[in-house]
Amino acid sequence: MNADLHLWLIPLLPFVGFLLNGILGRGLPKWLITTVALLAPLASFGVVLNASVLGLLPLFVDPTGIPNLPGVSLPYVETCPLPWISAGLLHIDFSFVLDQLSLVMLLVVTGVGFLIHIYSVGYMGDDEGYARYFSYLNLFLFFMTVLVLAGNALVMFIGWEGVGLASYLLIGFWFQKKSAADAGKKAFIVNRIGDFGFLIGMFLLVTNFGTLTFSEIGAKLAANPAWQGGVLTVIALCLMLGAAGKSAQLPLYVWLPDAMEGPTPVSALIHAATMVTAGVYMVARTHVLFDHSSFALSVVAIVGAATAIFAATIALVQNDIKRVLAYSTISQLGYMFLGCGVAAYSAAIFHLMTHAFFKALLFLAAGSVIHAIGGEQDLRKMGGLRKKLPVTFAVTTVGVLAIAGIFPFAGYFSKDAILYAVFLQGTNGRILWFVGLITALLTAFYMFRLWYMTFMGESRSENVHAHECPWSMRGPLVILAALSVCGGLIGGSWLGMEHFGAFLAPSVGVLPTEAGNWRLELILSVVAVTVALVGWLVADLFYRRKPERPAQYAATMPAGNRLLVNKYYVDEFYNAVIVKPLLGISKYVLEWVVDIGILGGAAWLLGGMATFAGAILQRWQSGNLRSYAAWLAAGAAAVLLFLLVPWATVLANLPAIHLGMAGH
Amino acid sequence: MSPLLMQEVPLSWYLLLSAVLFSLGVVGFLIKRNLITVFMSIELMLNGVNLSFVTFAHQWHAVKGQIFVFFVMMVAAAEAAVGLAIIIAVFRARATLAVDRIDRMKL
Repeated sequence: MNADLHLWLIPLLPFVGFLLNGILGRGLPKWLITTVALLAPLASFGVVLNASVLGLLPLFVDPTGIPNLPGVSLPYVETCPLPWISAGLLHIDFSFVLDQLSLVMLLVVTGVGFLIHIYSVGYMGDDEGYARYFSYLNLFLFFMTVLVLAGNALVMFIGWEGVGLASYLLIGFWFQKKSAADAGKKAFIVNRIGDFGFLIGMFLLVTNFGTLTFSEIGAKLAANPAWQGGVLTVIALCLMLGAAGKSAQLPLYVWLPDAMEGPTPVSALIHAATMVTAGVYMVARTHVLFDHSSFALSVVAIVGAATAIFAATIALVQNDIKRVLAYSTISQLGYMFLGCGVAAYSAAIFHLMTHAFFKALLFLAAGSVIHAIGGEQDLRKMGGLRKKLPVTFAVTTVGVLAIAGIFPFAGYFSKDAILYAVFLQGTNGRILWFVGLITALLTAFYMFRLWYMTFMGESRSENVHAHECPWSMRGPLVILAALSVCGGLIGGSWLGMEHFGAFLAPSVGVLPTEAGNWRLELILSVVAVTVALVGWLVADLFYRRKPERPAQYAATMPAGNRLLVNKYYVDEFYNAVIVKPLLGISKYVLEWVVDIGILGGAAWLLGGMATFAGAILQRWQSGNLRSYAAWLAAGAAAVLLFLLVPWATVLANLPAIHLGMAGH
Repeated sequence: MSPLLMQEVPLSWYLLLSAVLFSLGVVGFLIKRNLITVFMSIELMLNGVNLSFVTFAHQWHAVKGQIFVFFVMMVAAAEAAVGLAIIIAVFRARATLAVDRIDRMKL
């Protein structure tokens, strides 16, 4: 029954690709770089497919009739035979776990990752850093698969930090551009804040559970159902802080829009489909902790809902095609957290999966548009590309319909699943549901706005000789479009058919609410689709029929418009409240006082003392032979004096002599 | 043999002579200006020490002291060979043997 899955190959293969292209890439011919870069994720995807077939067979095939049915029982654990960390009572193994949750995530990461690798061959074909680009991309896949497969929090943390590194390297890929280098630093530093939370959470796990292994934590909590809140809330909130950093939630979302400075396939892979969903994955992975703390769950839900609507409002007025998608990603991640916050982890993971399909698709399509019109990203300078880029137009349409939540595209099913789960959570749930619904309206509006401004109407710039992208870019677009159409149907969480939820249940548990009825779900989804269509109609009105309208509305509400265009001044606020004071402290206190004053002063003092002592002592080394001889003789005399005089006796009698003298 | 010669010379006389020789060497080393004279003063100190070695060896009927003297003489011979060569080299380079003027610590 238990076949060997060789899970360790899944991260290792991209790592080998990283080493080959990273070390030798400069000297290799381009076809070889491409081969290495594509084979690594493909082979990795193959191992994942093999694992998923073996893992799923026992679930869907009744083994009684068939002897020697190949397959493994999930969860399947693979532990490095060498001990990793053993300190006192704490033992941490380097272990990988394959269960339903990590299986879904692995399929998304390696599958979508492979497609984006193919796309990158076309997109980055002319770049000087071709080998460097692919080595980073493979490095990212290595760390991401480690993160996903991790059997304990520490292994996950390695992947967590590693994807942060890969993200930094790829955002700043064009490091000659100052804005790109700055964006990379920003992403890295903002993520540090989240990682701090993750670390504190891990320390608390070690002190309270004595283990970091997810399954053991789950077992201890299952044995103690009465253990609620308290330190568990603290741990869950610390982990949530980490997740908010990685998944760009309020208040740590600021790095993601800037991360669009990286190459577009990177935005698709790392900053839309996979890495930014690591936070959601982590919350789902540690869901037992959240389940034991209703307060932490509410925080997750509220942060998610607030982020969803907050980012959606900003996306309404952005004019950079990639920034619209970036804010949309933040907003959709907010949906996922909203789902996690009502303990509907399977719905959140479902949305994670469909979002990976359609958002990767949208980003790649945006990349195709940008590629076609010579690097222009401003929506105001696009328009009328429908006829010039028919394939891109078609797949973008699919992506927009999917993200807007139009039946029967993928986004409809997953968004519906989340909103339905939220609606069932009592009065507060209704409020959050309403926020989610408004967000759906805004989402439909800004996505169709993007669609109209890019493809419809007349071209708004003259010098464009737009051309459709090469097959290597079109292929992944078409595959992702197909997944965006039918990805939701695969999941099949619809009107009471909880296939996906039932599949994930062993990993993330089932929703602890009374099962709703399918009529309610139908009504809710009709409402959601109607709202999305309203968003479409408004966008149609604003950007096709009456294109002067948006400017008029903006003129009637100058303050509100300015607030949105400037993204609520959050960057400015952070700059004034955190960055500037930090820089000030660093410069005036740490640099001038501590570094130059204390540390430099101490070094200067020590050096000065040595120099001063040397200046005096060097007079000894006169070079005069007789002076040396005199010192030698004096030294010999001193040694003799020391050895021959009975000092003990002399000193013992000294007081007596002294007293005797005083007595006389 | 005169009674004076028959008499054993007391130990302290030898040691006194040895100390005088050594002190003469030290003083010579410290005050003489000519390098060769300084060198000779060193030999004088060595011989003063040798005398005390021999004295004690005779006094305690121990052969070790005499063996030590042989060693010292051997080292002194080697030292004389090397030292005189150095002195010649110094003289060629500096055209002087006054120790006060050979104080540059480099060529």
